[in-house]
Amino acid sequence: MSLLLPQPVGIPAPLPSLHSEAYWSGCRRHQLLYQQCGQCGYRGLGAFTVCAQCHAASPVWEASAGTGSLYSWTVVWRPPSPSFRVPYAPAVVRLDEGVWMMSAVIGCEPEELHDGLRLAVEFHPASDEITLPYFAPARGGAAH
Amino acid sequence: MPHPFRDVAIAGVHNTVQARSLPDHDSTSIALVGALGALADAGVSPQEVDGVVGTDCAQIVLELGLGPCARRPTSLGIPALLDAAALIITGQCRVVLVAAGGAGVHLDRASTAPWTRPANELVVGYGLFTAAEFALMARRHMLTYGTTPEQLATVAATIRTNGHLNPDAVYFGRGPFSPGDILESRMIADPFHLLDCATTSEGGCAIVLVGSERANECRAPVWILGGASDSFGPAYSVAPVWDFQPRVDGPPVGLVGARAARMAFAMAGLTPADVDVAELYDPFSFEIIRQLEAFGFCRPGEGGPFVEDGNIGTGALLPVTTDGGTMSYSHPGINAQQLQRVIRASEQLRGSCRTNQVDRAEVALCSNGGAGALFCDVLLLGRTRP
Repeated sequence: MSLLLPQPVGIPAPLPSLHSEAYWSGCRRHQLLYQQCGQCGYRGLGAFTVCAQCHAASPVWEASAGTGSLYSWTVVWRPPSPSFRVPYAPAVVRLDEGVWMMSAVIGCEPEELHDGLRLAVEFHPASDEITLPYFAPARGGAAH
Repeated sequence: MPHPFRDVAIAGVHNTVQARSLPDHDSTSIALVGALGALADAGVSPQEVDGVVGTDCAQIVLELGLGPCARRPTSLGIPALLDAAALIITGQCRVVLVAAGGAGVHLDRASTAPWTRPANELVVGYGLFTAAEFALMARRHMLTYGTTPEQLATVAATIRTNGHLNPDAVYFGRGPFSPGDILESRMIADPFHLLDCATTSEGGCAIVLVGSERANECRAPVWILGGASDSFGPAYSVAPVWDFQPRVDGPPVGLVGARAARMAFAMAGLTPADVDVAELYDPFSFEIIRQLEAFGFCRPGEGGPFVEDGNIGTGALLPVTTDGGTMSYSHPGINAQQLQRVIRASEQLRGSCRTNQVDRAEVALCSNGGAGALFCDVLLLGRTRP
């Protein structure tokens, strides 16, 4: 048994940057945000200030339903630094809004991970300032 | 139209001693050892150098007393080589040194090497590092095409056995390796076992480029037949997504390097069938399978069967990473390890490899980067002036 768990407080935590502050504020109040272009609606990878399709400089933050599907994952047994608790499962999640995001799957065994696994967001603190969005298998269709 | 790289040649190459640790060196001092070695190999005096390329170039200019001298401080690996060639072709320089080294950088041995774990905000909290980033790409390929851990292990066993045979490799004499040996090593980031991953080490290296007239005086010039590079964005900053396709009709991130390879082959007037040896960049076993597909050595999804059918070993259709690569030869930080693919390809074309020399190699391909890092560079070298 090696249940996948959120990392303890004290891991190397993200340092928010000028254009990502809204994202991390959303996480602090347990709301998952994604960005889309205010002109053409394009949704990119990561935080952006200029749309990668129409090049309008007017992205807006939208609230995600917090549900998605597992797109790719790994199970790490040798972490980059000793503060991480193993095993853990970094994962690329495809949100139902069509956005890919980096996260990690928790709340199940590594053997339960499979392509398209339905997931729902959960928030856990990484430091006093930073709350991280994780994803757990969606039980009985109920979003967290 | 004359070939764009007709008037420039690689005149000298050198790898310093490579080791797990070189306690008497820092990155610049071992790069300088590499630089002097490459100049000696080329038969070129340091005073002739009028351009230095690489992140340590200013310090090298100072320490070798080369000022005033052209500099290119921002490029690494194959792009550094192409920038150096451009300095000569455009008449800005006559002799250009590309030098790199890594030593005294990986001091916290409880953690992976610092260059494997950049602290970008969207990935750092999830414990991402290079092995995990490349594993996320490998997983998609396994899901899509049925690529197996045994096929990945075949790549690692082949390259690690190449290093086992190479007296200059950090992991000389540690094998030979079978795919079973790879699969029995402990898991790092599934599907990568310890022996599917690059090692970390220290060392330096350098390459000297000269104009074609000066090349005629050199004993074994190597020629640039084609080169190009692909990027989809910064490495280890956003989720590594195989299917992310930023251009509406363009290729996905998983095929990074495919465009660069097509451009390099077109410039050379060659096809993958003309390549005698492929000194592919091997941060993780799967990346070789991906590059074989992206560069056109086999079709999408056929990289696994291609390696399993015995096509990449010594004496096979396409010998790959013949010195042991970053898995076994050396992996001394982001600078030197990329140039070392170019150095090994040059040695193959000169016929000077101590082990795994490919008989009468005329054309060599080398690569840098990989899908997990969102960039991939391709270089074709030849024994004959284009």
